[in-house]
Amino acid sequence: MAASEKAVVLDEVRAQSKARVAREAQPYWNPYVAGLGLGLVLLAAFVVIGRGLGASGAFSSLVAATVQTVVPAHATSNSFYAEYLGDGTKSPLKDWLVFEVLGAIAGGFISGILAGRVKKGVEKGPRISVGGRFGFAFVGGIIMGFGAKLARGCTSGQALTGGALLGLGSWAFMLAVFGGAYALAYFMRRQWT
Amino acid sequence: MNAPFFKFGLFGDDVSLIVAFVIGIGFGFFLERAGFGSARKLCAQFYFTDLAVFKVMFTAIITAMVGLFWLSWAGLVDLSLVYVSPTYLIPQTVGGLILGAGFVIGGYCPGTSCVAAATGKLDGFVYLGGIIVGIVVFGEVFPLLSGFYDSTAMGQITIPEYFGISYGIVVFLVVLVAIGGFAGGSWVEKKFAAKAKEAQS
Repeated sequence: MAASEKAVVLDEVRAQSKARVAREAQPYWNPYVAGLGLGLVLLAAFVVIGRGLGASGAFSSLVAATVQTVVPAHATSNSFYAEYLGDGTKSPLKDWLVFEVLGAIAGGFISGILAGRVKKGVEKGPRISVGGRFGFAFVGGIIMGFGAKLARGCTSGQALTGGALLGLGSWAFMLAVFGGAYALAYFMRRQWT
Repeated sequence: MNAPFFKFGLFGDDVSLIVAFVIGIGFGFFLERAGFGSARKLCAQFYFTDLAVFKVMFTAIITAMVGLFWLSWAGLVDLSLVYVSPTYLIPQTVGGLILGAGFVIGGYCPGTSCVAAATGKLDGFVYLGGIIVGIVVFGEVFPLLSGFYDSTAMGQITIPEYFGISYGIVVFLVVLVAIGGFAGGSWVEKKFAAKAKEAQS
């Protein structure tokens, strides 16, 4: 093969692999289109079931069920856990939100696979180490879990669902979420920007 | 049509769990499509460089809110049977502030961290571990907190009920504010994105 031919073939291979990379990670959808889809899912939940979406409640059920298995007396004597355990006639994991969150994990995976976005990685800005990012993720998760329980729901159950239903406490919650996040954003800038 | 179907006994508890799973698939799908499996994309909201969180959230809120309002107005859905979570004004506001802090520190909220983990983000897994610990901590201190937790109980109250305005007017106002927010948000986004680029170069 002549050198010029080789260069042409190489260029072609390069173009192909570039195209493959482009296919591998598609851009995210327009936020209004994704929001419309999310809104229709929420509306479907209202119409079919009579309740909205949620997430943190599923983790509470998981925690309550685990505490009950490990230290049963402790779980029943604590009214927070007891609420998620119900009357004991069925497993606390046989719960609407638990199944909905399992679906959300599946749905996220399906969307990610179809768009070529399922990839092992760590989400962070360029100015923080992976270890540092994990530390903040863990601490942030703890704070989130605590706050969501105090507020009786998280971004899905209170802000999104309660927001669409015009619940008074949900709107107060939503404003507070943005307030709390913006108040601390300056101190977290090294992690994200 | 008598909706909500479940409340009218169209199907039982077991079927409702299958419906939950299917609705969850839609939920996770659109969160991922929006880019909410990425903590960086989510947190760009708090630095004004990408307001997708606000745009997606408020598009979803007005879609579901207006849809439900029309369906109820047409007599197809009994709005009183759709569960509105009760208001506990002060603990919910304090919880919101704490949750907002957890959001910008950890990078996700509970739903989005599930999507992050499902798409292979390791920080999403770490965050999920944190949420579990946070709930255990809350559960363990709950006996001390229960007084505050149940304070300022106002029942299942909505904004139209509280302020004595008609439901339709509040729906209309929320749509107006959201559209204003979208326009203002896009303007802010452009300004801050340009500034961030300048700072990098």
